[in-house]
Amino acid sequence: MAEATATYKVIGTRPVRPDGSDKVTGRAIYGGDMRLTGMLYGKVLRSPHAHARIVSIDTSKAEALPGVRAVMTAQDIPEPEDRMAAAGEVAVNLKYLCQNVMARQKALYKGHAVAAVAATSVHIAEEALGLIEVDYEVLPPVMNVLDAIQDDAPKLHEELMAMDMGQKTDKVSNAVNHFQFKMGDLAAGFAAADVVIEREFNTGTVHQGYIEPHNATVLWNEDGHVHVWTSTQGSFVIQKQTAEILGIPVSQVTVTPCEIGGGFGGKIPVYLEPLAAVLSKKSGRPVKIIMTRIEEFEGTGPTPASHIRVKMGVTNDGRIVAAEADLKYEAGAFPGSPVTAGAMCIFAPYTIPNMQVDGYDVVVNKPKTQAYRAPGASNAAFASETVIDELAERIGMDPLEIRSLNGTKEGERRVDGPTFPRVGFLETVHAALEHEHYATPLSGPNRGRGVASGFWFNVGFQSSVVINVNSDGTVNLVEGSADIGGTRASIAMQAAEKLGIPYEDVKPMVASTDGIGYTDVTGGSRTTFATGYAAHDAALDVIEQMKGRAARRWDSEETPIGPEDVDYADGVFQCKKDAEKTLTFKEVAATLARTGGPLTGRATVQPRGVGGAFATHVVDVEVDPDTGKVSILRYTATQDVGTAIHPSYVEGQIQGGVVQGIGWALNEEFVYNDDGNMANASFLDYRMPTSLDLPMIETVLVEVPNPGHPYGVRGVGEVPIVPPPAAVANAISRATGKRMTDLPMSPGYILDKIHNGA
Amino acid sequence: MPQKVIVQTTINGEEKTFLCEPRQSLLEVLREDLGLTGTKEGCSNGNCGACSVQLDGVLVDSCLVLAVETEGKKVSTIEGLATPSQLHPLQQKFLEHAALQCGICTPGFIIAAKSLLEKNPRPTEHEVRYWLAGNLCRCTGYDKIVRAVLDAAETMEAKA
Repeated sequence: MAEATATYKVIGTRPVRPDGSDKVTGRAIYGGDMRLTGMLYGKVLRSPHAHARIVSIDTSKAEALPGVRAVMTAQDIPEPEDRMAAAGEVAVNLKYLCQNVMARQKALYKGHAVAAVAATSVHIAEEALGLIEVDYEVLPPVMNVLDAIQDDAPKLHEELMAMDMGQKTDKVSNAVNHFQFKMGDLAAGFAAADVVIEREFNTGTVHQGYIEPHNATVLWNEDGHVHVWTSTQGSFVIQKQTAEILGIPVSQVTVTPCEIGGGFGGKIPVYLEPLAAVLSKKSGRPVKIIMTRIEEFEGTGPTPASHIRVKMGVTNDGRIVAAEADLKYEAGAFPGSPVTAGAMCIFAPYTIPNMQVDGYDVVVNKPKTQAYRAPGASNAAFASETVIDELAERIGMDPLEIRSLNGTKEGERRVDGPTFPRVGFLETVHAALEHEHYATPLSGPNRGRGVASGFWFNVGFQSSVVINVNSDGTVNLVEGSADIGGTRASIAMQAAEKLGIPYEDVKPMVASTDGIGYTDVTGGSRTTFATGYAAHDAALDVIEQMKGRAARRWDSEETPIGPEDVDYADGVFQCKKDAEKTLTFKEVAATLARTGGPLTGRATVQPRGVGGAFATHVVDVEVDPDTGKVSILRYTATQDVGTAIHPSYVEGQIQGGVVQGIGWALNEEFVYNDDGNMANASFLDYRMPTSLDLPMIETVLVEVPNPGHPYGVRGVGEVPIVPPPAAVANAISRATGKRMTDLPMSPGYILDKIHNGA
Repeated sequence: MPQKVIVQTTINGEEKTFLCEPRQSLLEVLREDLGLTGTKEGCSNGNCGACSVQLDGVLVDSCLVLAVETEGKKVSTIEGLATPSQLHPLQQKFLEHAALQCGICTPGFIIAAKSLLEKNPRPTEHEVRYWLAGNLCRCTGYDKIVRAVLDAAETMEAKA
């Protein structure tokens, strides 16, 4: 279906984004910038304990403080039902969603919300939090998967029966779900291997680390309508979740998406919206709540720590014949880690005849984990891609050659079932092999080069686009996808390409939930793919209608002309019956009023032809043997991007993902003390990469068009974070001769490995 | 409620008198009282640089400055950079290089980069990376930001 051989006029160019001027001048309104008449400021009281029963809450002193207009606890939210609610990328249990927003009987992590206040100033609200008296019965916390799965471990959810292979068991366990994917004959596969390597890996809890904190401004109007202004990846998800938690119809909630300062998966669920709504209802005033950075670390979804065992076997000529993995992921306080995604991705880049993957979803006393850029896949790839590197080293094969030899391609199956359509994994490996970086020898002491690959499946989901034609020949494009990284541009470009008009003539806007049809989250690398698909189809609808308007201009009794008699190409309508008769897009637009009135094109899509994304990365590092510090000397990322609509933003997605992956590899980790308190809840101590820690990040855009999209688009945003931890680990291993098994590979860990490691 | 204090200052070249509580940060007063929301709040403890402004020409995190400390001083924020007809070269180059994705850190980076170029009109890549290390960006990996600043320096020098 992809117009792969077409030469494009707009696609592939690098125009300035439509929202650019507002964002470099400070005019763009982000959620935290909202200000409404009479607005109050909200603050949230959070549990100081990682695991505690809430015996009682006394809010009377806080309510008496001058300036306080409302105080709420979980008692002000309807008792949640134990049922699944479609909300976000995956369905979530309403009971857990609701309990995560505000603790009811138990606080399940330090930072779990227990009460909230609205006051005339943020300082008064803060003072009021100190006046709320909560009586806790402190319980022992469970802080990692290996402790949590012990039979005698304290249980987070005393009523929750574990699931095993899709069946409910009669056992209460923190390992709330187990599943298995398998194909082939694992024992026979390992028997055929010449070299078998088995290793166990531990990865730490990491945060999405967006710079803009969560925020919500809510007005519960006297007429019963709830209006939410917020920074979110998906306004319809916020609408749905807010309505579900408050027990009101979705039509009673309007969500106006403000500009959003980063999300990476962390700004999909609700946290503050239902609380601000209740406070607004109680006070009769709009209420704004903004999280502090500490609340971000302690109260919002990180991505899980994990324990992974991988065993792989290879023949001496480089064929990977068997692969086995156990993945145990922390879900946080409520079920639902991304372990399934990790299990789908772990061996996806390779054709391996015999595979088995077991996944365990394990609840612990940490914040409920949320999506973070290819959620679950980086943990998994860290394990599998370092074992592959070690296998290659053991049989004396180049690490890219072993990937080339075993790389998956169209028609091959993933361990979880699906068969790949046209994918570009091998192309990424070959692009890395042929790159000047890989051809340049790395010299010098304590240096090493590592490679790793990764896969992310991407999603399609639902999108809506409306295009209104203006009398001056421009169009307004209305969409529902939050623009976090230039998608107004990439979507407008696809509409402009189809319409045959300049990019500048397409004016995109992101509408509220009242202003556009249902549109899923900006997540799953879906926005340029699916909303772009809708923009393409809406543009097609505009063209078909405008053919009718051109026909009406030419139609006469002597020569009847209908829409079917009109061609459209390169911005010009032409009559098939008389090639002299032509009208430009602008000319037809200018006469809409006398050819039938306003013209609006529309499209809704739920595309199935999602193109999976592969990446292969090469990194050079230098390890300081005295301090254990690792410096990134050079980094090259190759990726099958399908078709790069706006190459600068595609490069930017890759560079950003790589750098998040480098942070995950080297520095980032939630450090907990024995009580379950996070010891490093600030940007000073939770150390994300700065400009000084990095070189330029070279990108190679490999374009293997996705046959499931009219312009060949694949999602590009997530897969770049999958290879980096493994690539950096492999480089460190080559530099030090020691195998890396833990994330982060911080200086202390490296020193320990150098002096004591295997 | 604490007694409010009158503060006389100059913001983006205009004399400005405001009332604030002694405990209010410059960031809070800019955003909540003066409506200058271009200066962003990312952490409120001086670690992310999203709230960067210049105080008498010196780069500061406005979350670490009390509003009362600006008495008699000049404050420059992102709102003061562009002229009515033209973006500042740094703003223009950030757009051309796609040096922003979500854009929340962008005002802080632009103010920090402006401060660098005032001291050092032709910085090396390393000098840019060193100077901007007080500003966190989570989207871009810094590559395009560094390129935008280097390109802006070249453009500004050519015009000077």
